[in-house]
Amino acid sequence: MRKVAIIGVGMTDFGELWEKSLRDLTVQAGLEAIRDSGLPGEEIDALYAGCMSSGIFVQQEHIASLLADYCGLVPKSATRVEGACASGGIALRQAIMAVASGMHDVVVAGGVEKMTDILTEQTTMALACAADREWEAFQGVTFPGLYAMMARRHMHDYGTTEEQLSLVAVKNHENGAKNPHAQYRRPVTLEQVMNSSLIADPIRLLHCSPISDGAAAVVVCSKEKAKEARSEPIWVIGSGQASDTIALHDRKDITTMNATVVAVREALRMAGITQKYVDLVEVHDCFTIAEILAIEDLGFFEKGKGGPATQEGLTALNSQISVNPSGGLKSKGHPVGATGIAQIVEVVQQLRGQAGARQVKDAEIGMAHNVGGSGGTCVTHILSR
Amino acid sequence: MGVPRFWREIPYRYQLIGTKCSNCRSTFFPPRLICPNCRGAGKVEEAKLSGGGEVVTYTVVRVPPEGFEKQAPYVVGIVKLDEGPRITSQIVDCEPEDVRIGSRVRTVFRKIDEEGPAGAIHYGYKFALEQ
Repeated sequence: MRKVAIIGVGMTDFGELWEKSLRDLTVQAGLEAIRDSGLPGEEIDALYAGCMSSGIFVQQEHIASLLADYCGLVPKSATRVEGACASGGIALRQAIMAVASGMHDVVVAGGVEKMTDILTEQTTMALACAADREWEAFQGVTFPGLYAMMARRHMHDYGTTEEQLSLVAVKNHENGAKNPHAQYRRPVTLEQVMNSSLIADPIRLLHCSPISDGAAAVVVCSKEKAKEARSEPIWVIGSGQASDTIALHDRKDITTMNATVVAVREALRMAGITQKYVDLVEVHDCFTIAEILAIEDLGFFEKGKGGPATQEGLTALNSQISVNPSGGLKSKGHPVGATGIAQIVEVVQQLRGQAGARQVKDAEIGMAHNVGGSGGTCVTHILSR
Repeated sequence: MGVPRFWREIPYRYQLIGTKCSNCRSTFFPPRLICPNCRGAGKVEEAKLSGGGEVVTYTVVRVPPEGFEKQAPYVVGIVKLDEGPRITSQIVDCEPEDVRIGSRVRTVFRKIDEEGPAGAIHYGYKFALEQ
């Protein structure tokens, strides 16, 4: 396997971007990533684009060709990748494999979602398609509902409290307030979170990531090509991906995402490191309970200790492990297909020392954790300076 | 979604009929063509489920998806059936605060949703607390 570098990153602001289309967003993020890399666009061999549901959100499929066209990449190979909210992370992994194999030298991995063009009920239904449509969503369960069921059971089994669930949001908003691309660039108080309206008990509005528009892109290349890059390359040292049953009810333990456990094991083995070498991690906090599950299942804390660890401040910026320095999905926003790539943008900026007010001190190694659905897909990457 | 998709599911939506693997003896609902544990090694046969079970976890959906607006708020739970398989279903005929992890429940036959005022009505199983 060839060594793989990330040499360029770019992302749009995340938020309700009513004045921009899916293609505009992607071109903007893509151009920024190419400029950042310093490589001429002619060097790009292929594009992998993560997108969950452009068919429902903007009634447009076949977006690989559309994006290649509008990015000026035609006739290069362009492929859309779909794995629900993990679409972006999987697109990156495909790009890495294409370069590692020697098939391509320079590949762009992008992610995009344009979610605010339709009504909230329709968005809720589109997202529910990432669950088992015939045997979960048919019964009226929503995504907040699925994560609420995990939260209820986690509280029952481990004594996790509503306050601990809420403190994840407080911490992520504090970080996101320092991120110029974040949808919510403001802190929230514990009282605001705990008094926000119930969406699916015990999940409240401020436990949920928002509905967002946005795109992100990274340029991936071989060690040889990385010599021509404008900045010091950031190396991909680990990559892991795993699957699980699509329906939450089919899992033996609904408080553990086994796909996360397997994906991180694979990525750490490839990198030849353990969790203690990781300085920061961008985890998939689509709901605050998801961050608690993630920090446990990734092995940063024992099962059941994610809530107390959050309460003790062990996951805050520049603490034991900086979790979601970008603000996470919660504060930065969650345009589902773009999320996995935006996590990589953050990790790269942190490792380059370009993260400004939210910079993790002396960051050497960073991890990204991207989940699809209620845990049916997980992809994890480890990057190093 | 069109009528055929739901018509196709009729036997399993109206009665809890799952499948049992002759090799590992695991029971699945909905029915599966192969056993995910044994794949080709097991023979899959039909298994009628009793309809009794226990609540593993639950939530109250207050912001519903399209088609469920009139029902909200409603309780949705994961039920572990007595024969082993777990399913997601609404828990009805009760107040949300009556439901607990571990509550005994039994299937009832109910309307699930409708496709607009003139569209097809979908029926299927839900669960009610055992008295």
